[in-house]
Amino acid sequence: MAKQYETVIGLEVHVELAAKTKIFCGCSTKFGGAPNTHTCPVCTGMPGSLPVLNRQVVEYAAAIGLAANCEIARVCKFDRKNYFYPDNPQNYQISQLYLPIARNGYIEIECGNTRKKVRIHEMHMEEDAGKLVHDEWDDTSLVDYNRSGVPLVEIVSEPDMRSADEVIAYLEKLRLIIQYLGASDCKLQEGSMRADVNLSVRETGSTELGTRTEMKNLNSFKAISRAIEGERRRQIELLEEGKKVVQETRRWDDNKEVSHAMRSKEDAKDYRYFPEPDLVPIVISDEWLAKIKARQPELRTEKLERYKKEFDIPRYDAEIITGSKHMADIFEAVAAVCGKPKKAANWLIVETLRLLKERGQEPEDICFDPENLAKLIAMTEAGVINSSVAKEVFEKIFDENVDPEKYVEEQGLKIENDEGALEEVLAKVIAENPQAVSDYKGGKKKALGALVGQTMKAVKGKADPGTVNRKLKEMLS
Amino acid sequence: MADRISDETIEYVGILAKLELSESEKEAAKLDMERMLDYIDTLNELDTEGTEPMSHVFAVNNVFREDVVTNGDGSRETLANAPVRSEQSFKVPKTIG
Repeated sequence: MAKQYETVIGLEVHVELAAKTKIFCGCSTKFGGAPNTHTCPVCTGMPGSLPVLNRQVVEYAAAIGLAANCEIARVCKFDRKNYFYPDNPQNYQISQLYLPIARNGYIEIECGNTRKKVRIHEMHMEEDAGKLVHDEWDDTSLVDYNRSGVPLVEIVSEPDMRSADEVIAYLEKLRLIIQYLGASDCKLQEGSMRADVNLSVRETGSTELGTRTEMKNLNSFKAISRAIEGERRRQIELLEEGKKVVQETRRWDDNKEVSHAMRSKEDAKDYRYFPEPDLVPIVISDEWLAKIKARQPELRTEKLERYKKEFDIPRYDAEIITGSKHMADIFEAVAAVCGKPKKAANWLIVETLRLLKERGQEPEDICFDPENLAKLIAMTEAGVINSSVAKEVFEKIFDENVDPEKYVEEQGLKIENDEGALEEVLAKVIAENPQAVSDYKGGKKKALGALVGQTMKAVKGKADPGTVNRKLKEMLS
Repeated sequence: MADRISDETIEYVGILAKLELSESEKEAAKLDMERMLDYIDTLNELDTEGTEPMSHVFAVNNVFREDVVTNGDGSRETLANAPVRSEQSFKVPKTIG
């Protein structure tokens, strides 16, 4: 019988914190500046420059630690991790090895019908490196140090996950917690959340860990799933052929769906860590920790409770909306402006999700102003436009963030309340569709639908279908 | 003086430091490192039982800055140090990560 294998996975997740400035200097962390504009002597490692820790970074890191059920270190400090690479102008990264800010936590995940805890080994603060762009033409690399010194936390899990589904569930839960804390936007595509996958396989039933590999360059949940599947298969094939898995770092190529061993360095992983002499230790008092705890924003469970009480929307709807902090923020803003939470929820759950799916986007990508949806809801409620026109207008709001009042005015989409004009159209429709009319009169109630459709078409949607329905019935009786 | 630095150690430290040393340089470096270790050994004469390892010479902690942008466009100064540049970026021999 063929051997059965179990996959054992642990993750190292890097999250870019939402601080306005870098971890050790007053340079902006804003994304997308021209190369090297957000740099200074500190974040480019000039001799004699002195790093000073950003207080906000400690508070975000501690808040994430608390939310992930970790013990927060009362004394922690930074260490230097030495390595030579052009993305790092100091030739060392300031990180935490000996006394990280948080340890021994867990995240509870739900996968299928089972719940399990994924333990967190430790969490530490560190600085990001610069960005390299490789030029294929003249064999050079261009270096931009805008990201150098951007604050990160690295969250290291225990090898507690057994499948790609569990990994995704863990990442989604972690992302949601961090987004709710406001500590990061956690966008995988933009690199504000990055996951390295440590994976090994072993025969089912074995308690010993196999040799693991570390996989990098995973920038979407789909890429992570595919990489895990690919690496699992590769390792099992090696073992089946009687070969050994080599402990190495591999780079996933999502286009080709294969991974390659990264240049194996003879110097391997000897980072010669030592305490960072330019930064003083951090002492986190009970008082400070209590303040951080007290400032913790409303998390998802509390939000769900409040939605039930305050807005009286179904649990299912509330769960979908709160599944993204960004969507929850939009929902609350729309409900506050138009005063119709149920309608707001409906537009988000039905039309918004449909459009997101069609465009291959995530709820985080929603970019219209809540006011515009609120206006649309008000216009529909007031009978200014009918529901099918509203859907059309919403698509414009979703894609181009148009102001629905202006748009409806410009496109002439308002319902015409001229009853005389409508009756003329109806008379014409009745005259032109004798078959439907006689079907309806003969008892086929469904035939009325065809007539309503013809009428709506004739008035280009600018009538209220309810009124058309009622008028038709009157005229045919 | 202790003979504790092996040829392998010198070779390894050289790789880590990205240095290529000639045979005579290796011998000299070996001597230097042995002297350093001897010097550090002096510390072993002290009883450090129960003493917390020190990470900083000053009895100071919690020195922070607030999260406020204080620096503007620093690209001119930063790029003044670039031996080779391309527009706003440093240009280096191709690296594959």
